[in-house]
Amino acid sequence: MAFLDIRNVTKSYGTVQVLHSVDIAVQEGEFLVLVGPSGCGKSTLLNMIAGLEGITGGEIAIKGRVVNGVHPSKRNIAMVFQSYALYPNMTVGQNMTFGLEMHGVPKPERDRALADVAKLLQIDHLLDRKPGQLSGGQRQRVAMGRALVRNPDVFLFDEPLSNLDAKLRVDMRTEIKKLHQKLKTTIVYVTHDQIEAMTLSTRIAVMNKGHVQQLGTPKEIYDTPASVYVATFMGSPAMNIIPARVEVHHGVLHARITDSEGRPQLLRLSQGNLAAGRDILLGIRPEAITDPEGADRTSRNIVSLRNRVTVTEPAGADTFVTMTLGGRDAIARMRADASVAAGQDFDFAVNMDKAVAFDPATETRIAP
Amino acid sequence: MAAQSHGVTQDTAVSTGRVTRALIYLLLLLFALFYLLPLYVMGINSVKPLAEITGGNMMALPEVWTLEPWRSAWSTAQIGVEPTGLKPYFLNSILMVAPAVAISTIVGALNGYVLTKWRFRGDTWVFGLMLFSCFIPFQIVLIPMAVVLGTLGLAGSVPGLILVHVVYGIGFTTLYFRNYYAAFPTELVRAAQIDGAGFFQIFWRILLPVSGPIAVVSVIWQFTNIWNDFLFGASFGGTSQPMTVALNNLVQSSTGVKEYNVHFAGAILAALPTLFVYIVAGRYFVRGLMAGSVKG
Repeated sequence: MAFLDIRNVTKSYGTVQVLHSVDIAVQEGEFLVLVGPSGCGKSTLLNMIAGLEGITGGEIAIKGRVVNGVHPSKRNIAMVFQSYALYPNMTVGQNMTFGLEMHGVPKPERDRALADVAKLLQIDHLLDRKPGQLSGGQRQRVAMGRALVRNPDVFLFDEPLSNLDAKLRVDMRTEIKKLHQKLKTTIVYVTHDQIEAMTLSTRIAVMNKGHVQQLGTPKEIYDTPASVYVATFMGSPAMNIIPARVEVHHGVLHARITDSEGRPQLLRLSQGNLAAGRDILLGIRPEAITDPEGADRTSRNIVSLRNRVTVTEPAGADTFVTMTLGGRDAIARMRADASVAAGQDFDFAVNMDKAVAFDPATETRIAP
Repeated sequence: MAAQSHGVTQDTAVSTGRVTRALIYLLLLLFALFYLLPLYVMGINSVKPLAEITGGNMMALPEVWTLEPWRSAWSTAQIGVEPTGLKPYFLNSILMVAPAVAISTIVGALNGYVLTKWRFRGDTWVFGLMLFSCFIPFQIVLIPMAVVLGTLGLAGSVPGLILVHVVYGIGFTTLYFRNYYAAFPTELVRAAQIDGAGFFQIFWRILLPVSGPIAVVSVIWQFTNIWNDFLFGASFGGTSQPMTVALNNLVQSSTGVKEYNVHFAGAILAALPTLFVYIVAGRYFVRGLMAGSVKG
């Protein structure tokens, strides 16, 4: 039995079903990220764990206790909201201890808990201020402090970083990760930002239209996405999806694709479990298509591909190169100083070890 | 000149502005004087002996200054058949207004809280019906209200008037508070729920402390309406009639000499409390009204 068990949970509003039998078992100390586009049901699921939304079907259990119908305050959870939801009329200190006060914890004990958490988050000097007098980053810290002070079983984060500016967001991301490593708490974290999901989580649930598309470690999700949807949602720029046909040449499986000029090109496949003659969608991440000098030296299957460059986009650390493969735009990630120019042919190195194949009809992964 | 071509000095713009501004201020001043004229007439005639008024000098300053009309209006003037002055009726009004304003404001706040943060099936209908009550003219409810008051045994008493005004005011106060709380982030209520606060604790600790502006609107609105109400007071006042009814009895009495100076003093006395409320809380009124009216 897991620490937080989501068993066959569904949610409907009237006749509209917004969550379709979700099954997730979260172990103690895990950092689970629910990621997906807006409207995918991730916040609804979080609110159901919190008890802010009713459960239509199935069960949610925390520490073996089924909490369906249990009031939010009696689930021993704490939540950090996107807007932080700090009470505007109370000081930071009062904000953080409000929950303890409501649970009847005596004042000396509250003060001790407050002092500990304030020190941990380095907000001791802010305790007498009102939320309106704090910067965005400080509010974020106070919101986390308010959650920490209660020492809950499960922390719930609802897009906590999306109100911060880009730089602060990266800093706070690291901060949250540090905090998790230090406290080893169980966290369920909702975001639409796939980078947050990759960097923070121990496991990711990719959601779309009320379904969990894939549940796995960041590496599993990234390297072996279950579907075209997951493949293109996770990673930036998105994974290139190239229509291809499996063919046998010299007894070895190849993927036959067309290049920018419409000429056929053969890419030797590393995966052996594909039937010759069938159509596939070949998924190749941008970083698996590079200049030959930048190619992964540990790969056993680097294929050379000469193709016309459409656009180059120098981004500082890398240069992104757009070309046409299989009639669609494909993006390659090159070293910053690779000598490549738009309109010219270039010899790309494709790491076929990292390629995945999807069924064109069902868009689910068939290899590896 | 270089400076002019860059638009830095703007000589003409400034001089035009000054003339226009002077005109605007002059116009505003004239309007202000015009609006203050009635108050001026009431004020100076209330400190004149009656002979000076009947002599035809309505606009002139008094030749003999006297506070006798005020004293008379407050404590000795003939109201109906009793020479009590307006004092007991002023107290009646206070006894009626204070609880009626307080109760209708608190109930309105609670309604607004429930209608926005504890939504239930059909809540928009409930709100719509309450809104509808704002448009019902006083006259329509007179007879049903009389029946209700009679049944409850509250006819002709201050508690009866309080009930009438609370019932009539709830529509307005609910409208104010609902619109104000609609803009209040629901996440705060959810956070408080997770923190373990109950229905009334959330209301008392989270929402009420930030309800100042809209509470001022509600209080001013209710105070003015209830204090100035004549119809309900005259219909249901019985032996505890409010200030407005007494003022009418003072001014309209048809026997004896018309003591205009006393009437003016009485009218000012009747208007003073609302004037006081506006001066004290007026600037919050507009602010709160705006805050409450933006979200619907």
